[in-house]
Amino acid sequence: MSVGPGEVVGLLGANGAGKTTLIRMLLGLIPVSSGDVELLGGPPDRERRAGLGYVPQGLGLYSDLTVEENLAFSSQAYSVAAPELPGLLLGSASVLVGDLSLGLQRQVAFLAALAHSPRVLVLDEPTSGVDPLARAALWDTIREQADAGTGVLVTTHYMQEAAQCDRLLLMSRARLVAEGSEADIIGATRAVAVRTADWAAAFAALNAAGEPVMLAGRDVRVADADPDHVRTVLSAAGLEAEVVAVPATIEERMMVLARDTSSVES
Amino acid sequence: MSYSVRAATVRHGGTVALDDVTVVVEPGSVVVVVGGDGAGKTTLLRTMVGEVVLDSGTVDAPPAQEIGYLTARAGSWQALTVRQNMDFVGGIYGLSGERLEQRREELLSRAGLTEAGDRLASQLSGGMRRKLGFSMAMLHQPALLVLDEPTTGVDPVSRIDIWRLVSEAAAAGAAVLMATTYLDEAERAGSLLVLDGGRTLAQGTLEQVRAALDGTITEDAVPHRAAWAWRRGRRHHEYWARGEVVASSAAAIDPDLEDVVVALSLSRRADVGANS
Repeated sequence: MSVGPGEVVGLLGANGAGKTTLIRMLLGLIPVSSGDVELLGGPPDRERRAGLGYVPQGLGLYSDLTVEENLAFSSQAYSVAAPELPGLLLGSASVLVGDLSLGLQRQVAFLAALAHSPRVLVLDEPTSGVDPLARAALWDTIREQADAGTGVLVTTHYMQEAAQCDRLLLMSRARLVAEGSEADIIGATRAVAVRTADWAAAFAALNAAGEPVMLAGRDVRVADADPDHVRTVLSAAGLEAEVVAVPATIEERMMVLARDTSSVES
Repeated sequence: MSYSVRAATVRHGGTVALDDVTVVVEPGSVVVVVGGDGAGKTTLLRTMVGEVVLDSGTVDAPPAQEIGYLTARAGSWQALTVRQNMDFVGGIYGLSGERLEQRREELLSRAGLTEAGDRLASQLSGGMRRKLGFSMAMLHQPALLVLDEPTTGVDPVSRIDIWRLVSEAAAAGAAVLMATTYLDEAERAGSLLVLDGGRTLAQGTLEQVRAALDGTITEDAVPHRAAWAWRRGRRHHEYWARGEVVASSAAAIDPDLEDVVVALSLSRRADVGANS
């Protein structure tokens, strides 16, 4: 896989798919057993890593240092001036990072990662647990960086966020299994949507029949199912329902993939 | 028999964590509380389970032994195996012997954890750990199930599993109150409560929450008024209150829950700013 300048690439996959391992190889923290890792034109050595900014899932901040102290520390590591605080953080310069809300902690982690003007930005679940407004603000920052030519690799579990990327990569069980747009990732996977007055009964009947069933509003959805089979199950349970084949969501594609690979292994 | 928190106000020192919030949960239904960090979601859930005392308002909840509660952070003991965690919680609720074993294995099987049963909780993935926490909260078949962000940081496949477990619990008659920051999944709930800064922005069905927004949401390549616009992908969405003249290049859209929550939050924050 590769990430080009100015491009926002989304890395998707279930826990344990290999996303963090891939990132750690790119950061030069794990040597590859075979194959090549190239960062800014060569191996990810100390010098090239200076051109990389990284926001880890755990944010990588010192919770017992203040905002100012955290930023001073990370800027000194890269021999650059500490970044100026944006409006939202102005009042928090002397606050311990551990005492900030999660949303503000993420802002600080972004500032720390961007202070040395990296040409590659790696973000591991940058918006997990953040409210929609703060998330939109963080995506403004990500887009600004990309518009300025920075290549961005971002992992996410948030499917609306995946839709904001220029290109998507889907990993499963240590392999890259799909690449491209949302439609490329979903491929030919279909789902069945069931609309009925009694969703609870429809859900229970399909669940008892061993179908991978889930709720979407008051619709019941079954990934990768045969609509005729779904109709049979529902009518056996005495339920009237509208049953339609629809394109799957990215999440459903991932669920089908996880199920298929685990059945191959067992 | 429904459960409720009514007209709840909670102050922590000088700050108001909850301001006149009401939520009612019926058996067999799922009520989802959405809102960001600091919105008051956890405080509301904790008032429901009796961990936070109200400054004013009333709580109508079943006795503690009929409540299942999954907290946002913990949920299991790292040094115990999956089965030991379940047995420990079972013991607290007076379950033992064959009954405990049967219920434990049934829940582990539904959560896909049977094979991981003898693994230490510390060696589970984030998604598996949340499913274990959920199973522990469900062990004693509670009438009221309270789940604090069961899916935050959990991968999409496990999220679907957790939603399936929640739907099963509701279909079996439990009243479920859960918090989430994922608005796409909140759209799945029968009833929603949108909180911001400790106050109710909107509540009811998805349609009722959408109807709470008085104005228009548009999409365009550029924002027209930065304070009222937010990014969605490479496009910008923007809120126009009723009566405002919408920029000619901006096209009105059918907003999803995320758009509605952002627009309601912007309006409320503008009001708060104007009044302070």
